[in-house]
Amino acid sequence: MPRPAATPMPRMRPCGDAAVSVEFGDTVDPVTNGLVLALDAALSAAPIPGVIETVPTYRSLLVHFDPVAADVEKLEACLMALALSVSPAAGRRRRWRVPVTYGGAFGVDLDDLAAERGMTSEAFAQLHHASIYRIYMIGFLPGFAYLGGLDPRLHAPRRLTPRPIIPAQSVSIGGAQTAIGSVEGPSGWSLIGRTPVRGFLRGRDPVFLFEPGDEIAFEPIPASQWDELDRRAAAGEPVAALEGVR
Amino acid sequence: MSQTASALLRVDWCGAGASVQDAGRFGLQRYGVSPAGAMDREALALANALVGNPAGVAAIECPLAGFAGQVEEGRVLVAAAGGGSEVSIAGRKLPPFTSDFAERGEIVTLGPARSGVFAYLAFGGGILSPPELGSLSVHRRSGIGGAPLRPGDILPLGDAPVRARRLARSPDAPKGPIRIVPGPQDDHAGAAALALLTSSGFTISSQADRMGVRLDGPKVMPAGGHDIVSDGIATGAIQLPGDGRPIVLLRDRQTTGGYPKIATVISADIGRFAQLQQGSTVRFTIVSRAEAIAAARAAAARIDGFAAAMTGVNPILDAELLLSVNLIDGVTAGR
Repeated sequence: MPRPAATPMPRMRPCGDAAVSVEFGDTVDPVTNGLVLALDAALSAAPIPGVIETVPTYRSLLVHFDPVAADVEKLEACLMALALSVSPAAGRRRRWRVPVTYGGAFGVDLDDLAAERGMTSEAFAQLHHASIYRIYMIGFLPGFAYLGGLDPRLHAPRRLTPRPIIPAQSVSIGGAQTAIGSVEGPSGWSLIGRTPVRGFLRGRDPVFLFEPGDEIAFEPIPASQWDELDRRAAAGEPVAALEGVR
Repeated sequence: MSQTASALLRVDWCGAGASVQDAGRFGLQRYGVSPAGAMDREALALANALVGNPAGVAAIECPLAGFAGQVEEGRVLVAAAGGGSEVSIAGRKLPPFTSDFAERGEIVTLGPARSGVFAYLAFGGGILSPPELGSLSVHRRSGIGGAPLRPGDILPLGDAPVRARRLARSPDAPKGPIRIVPGPQDDHAGAAALALLTSSGFTISSQADRMGVRLDGPKVMPAGGHDIVSDGIATGAIQLPGDGRPIVLLRDRQTTGGYPKIATVISADIGRFAQLQQGSTVRFTIVSRAEAIAAARAAAARIDGFAAAMTGVNPILDAELLLSVNLIDGVTAGR
């Protein structure tokens, strides 16, 4: 994907004296996020002195730096030059096949969401796993992966009253986004399924399975297979197949 | 255990939320894990300097309530800093900014915070528990670094230095309003919101923890609404949620979020902001980023200066040490 001609100028937004946000836009779309991921990849290939770590998000890259060690003017000049040079397709993409059990106790909101759209729960689930998604960012909770690429027919507003706790590894929908959850936590999103895959597991190598920019293909599995896969995942197996790198 | 412990400390009692913290764990924010680490790094550095450790070595962070633990094995050089807490060893109170030895069987007690929130109890040679992903800091949301301390926990400690120490002069620290740099979403929040934030006093509410502190006071409503496309959150970010009560996000904050962040508390002032007790008033003042960086450098210089500002604490011990050296010399010379 070439850098679109209409891409706005990246902006440097100061976040105090120890971070700067390189912002490519204020929308959730694959081109903006592609630029963020490309800048992240460029920075990790050619690190700038004083940079501690980077956080890719939907539309900006947050660059944390040491204000004592870094020359902030130089740092921003380097970041701007890199931000102007990257194109959205840069960087490697991995694709994971992620098993998910849809509906029932695994996704308590699936039936309601399907009924609201006049479709069967099976048809709703089928539309959900027909798309290939990209991890736009990981945040909110450790290992919580926000995915872009949800079919517009499946968009669903956030719940009026968030649930104080939802099960770990829930697959959910919030607005135009779908997500793979990691640990238990509060959520205002609708729950459509659950995967045995642990995006985050202490003591496993790797501790975090997914990287921002990875692609996700959901693979429906019957509830009867869930317990066995869950047991293996808890013991440290990925139970998500890595389909290759392009 | 990565190193052999020369001493063991058993936790007898501690307040809720007491945990092992060091300078923090970096590189995991892209996976949704904030750095954690000491809420007041200068206090951690001072406690460490008093026991001869480098600034970022792990110590016990005690919020508000105190701590009591017994030396089970070996001998421990102990000191505290931050929150105005006092340390006692077997009932003898240590003068402020002083370290001393606790012998096997003795109980080390840290009193409640009197002038702040977070006190640090540091041990000569540090805490030798195995680090997780590069740090000993407990991150509660992920469980990385383990759980907060509980009675019965045993901490392996390193080699105590030979001498106790005392800070020769009281530490100087910045005073006055908490300094902020506008952004990243000051334009979205609007000039009126920023003017309100810097012209009013705010109160530290009861909703305060390692993740962040909610402020009571005038409602700060962002002109552009309370919803933005989620982006990354730096330590010190002042977030404006829908109810207009600002939240200052601290070491255990969420790494990303969708509320506008009107300004960011400068890194040099994060520690003293975190030390503000519930009910106290806070005022904010705007500085340029260049001023904020200068303040960060000054804070780093203060931390570097702690080690040089230490003197030996026990002249009798020092004299004995010198004498013993002389005796050995004498024996050697007499041969």
